[in-house]
Amino acid sequence: MKNRWQILVVDDEEVMCESLAAWLREDGYLVDTAASGHEAIDKTRQRDYAIYFVDLKMPGGMDGIETMMQIRRTRPEASIIIITAYATVDTAITAMKEGAQEYIVKPCNPEEISLLVSRIVKVKNLQRENTILRKKLSRQYVVQDIVTKNARMHDILALCQEVASLRSTVLIQGESGTGKEMIARVIHNCGDRAQKPMVSVSCASLAETLLEPELFGYERGAFTGAGEQKRGKFELADGGTIFLDEIGDISAKLQVDLLRVLQERSFYRVGGSQEVRVDVRVIAATHVNLQQAVSEGKFREDLYYRLNVIEIRIPPLRERREDVPLLARHFLERLSHELGKDVRDISEGALKLLMDYNWPGNVRELENSIERAIVTCKNHELTEDSFAFLAMNGSAGRVWTPPAGMSLSEMEKVLIISTLQRTNGNIKESAGILGIDRSTLYEKIKRYEISR
Amino acid sequence: MKYLYVAAAPEVSLEDHRMVSGLMMSEFGFPVREMAIPAIDFAYDAARRQYNSVPVLEMLARLFPDDTGKLLAVTDRDLFVPVLTFVYGQAQLNGRVAVFSLARLRQEFYGFAPDREVLVERAAKEALHEAGHLFGLVHCAERTCAMSLATNVRQIDSKQAAFCAPCRARLTRTKGVLA
Repeated sequence: MKNRWQILVVDDEEVMCESLAAWLREDGYLVDTAASGHEAIDKTRQRDYAIYFVDLKMPGGMDGIETMMQIRRTRPEASIIIITAYATVDTAITAMKEGAQEYIVKPCNPEEISLLVSRIVKVKNLQRENTILRKKLSRQYVVQDIVTKNARMHDILALCQEVASLRSTVLIQGESGTGKEMIARVIHNCGDRAQKPMVSVSCASLAETLLEPELFGYERGAFTGAGEQKRGKFELADGGTIFLDEIGDISAKLQVDLLRVLQERSFYRVGGSQEVRVDVRVIAATHVNLQQAVSEGKFREDLYYRLNVIEIRIPPLRERREDVPLLARHFLERLSHELGKDVRDISEGALKLLMDYNWPGNVRELENSIERAIVTCKNHELTEDSFAFLAMNGSAGRVWTPPAGMSLSEMEKVLIISTLQRTNGNIKESAGILGIDRSTLYEKIKRYEISR
Repeated sequence: MKYLYVAAAPEVSLEDHRMVSGLMMSEFGFPVREMAIPAIDFAYDAARRQYNSVPVLEMLARLFPDDTGKLLAVTDRDLFVPVLTFVYGQAQLNGRVAVFSLARLRQEFYGFAPDREVLVERAAKEALHEAGHLFGLVHCAERTCAMSLATNVRQIDSKQAAFCAPCRARLTRTKGVLA
């Protein structure tokens, strides 16, 4: 799996740069070169290099040490090896003090370079595995995990960090699959509550009678089947954050209860008479236009303003197409590792196809598409053919004319029913095919009164 | 029709030249042609007392005959690339030209008595290795495969003069470039 790590060789002497790059390529690594510190910094912003070979003496006002320090600011986890033809103890000490992982003198013994790189790669593989396992355990996300170079997304991430330690309620709005929960986790993990739990509740997936005890807990005997007292999500999130997904779908009664929690920071368990006080930060999310729901009388205005203290609107993927190649490569790297497939690259043609696609299911649809392409990939590269199924999803597919007079919601209902039938009622699979998340699908099933 | 050319510098004996071209023909199954190349003295680095393989590859690219698919050259001079102390050979990965040296494959380089059998065995492995790079193969983790990385003769001796099954399969997929 070493081939997945990318290396940048930085040396102003072209022959040095190219000969080391060629040697490393023969060893199976993806290698780029840069002729100066400035070029190295530019390339670092565009690609995630794991290992750098940086020549100590370079002209142009940016020597190897300065280059290394700047790289470390952008990629603190990268391994940097300083190479020099003029070895002194002082420069070696300076390089190591500033964070170089190794210091080698050129010309180097081929065995030395080979061992050095394979040792670093071994450690990096372990670190990556460890990170993946940790994330799987905690499903934590920090700002660095949001893959984007879009200016609006950068503004959102800056805002997340700014408001992370406040207790103010946040309302995240965005289409399905844009990553509302990830943004909520960024806010939670960047703030003072990071060590406390973040509890997620999908409001659309539960009927009102089930959602109320789920949120507020219940006392023994509160209803049939309430054999013992149970704490609700608000209590479980005490000291931390509660993430209320698809908040636009809650009933009028629950809107009142929620408003009370937000105002009083207290509530009663179902069937209980004792007030429970909690310190919970509320982050709510919705894919529907809440303001419109307020004007239509479907959502309480006072609750809307309580929730909408800090507003975050996540742009759909089609409005940040520059992120598509970045995300595609990110998913390719992660998923090929998780799926145990040696798929290393994605062709320019395939990237163009992905850039041109409209992504109605946003980042989640892109992730699913990359996974599907990896699973069916027969070699080491994803090509345009790997994404032929997208053309079938889009206008390039066969032309189908809906029956005359059919409304949009009727068509949506028919599509959901047929998808559910095809998957034998499997919600996860159906949501994946439809490019929406599970809670949205639950909400639509409920709204269209579809029986599963 | 494209040929796999095996080129030899003047210091390489006809016997060694034939040995490498015979191996290429039997291993890759392509029509092989032999050619002579000029001495590589222009690549000599007096300070290192070695020959820089980078300009040698450039020369080979210039000499590349029209009917060539790939060109593998053999020399008896000790080769280096600027960043490394030495190389047994160098190839353009998935490219057109490669060169390898017999110098460090000889027992006498390490102070032992000459041993023709050992030299032939090592030369066969290095020729396959560099030719493998020409066809896009990278270093293989299987220690006995000709594509495994060797940075000393002990490692060369522990390889076999053959590709492992996965490398052979990759080769079968890619060597169609010559067809």
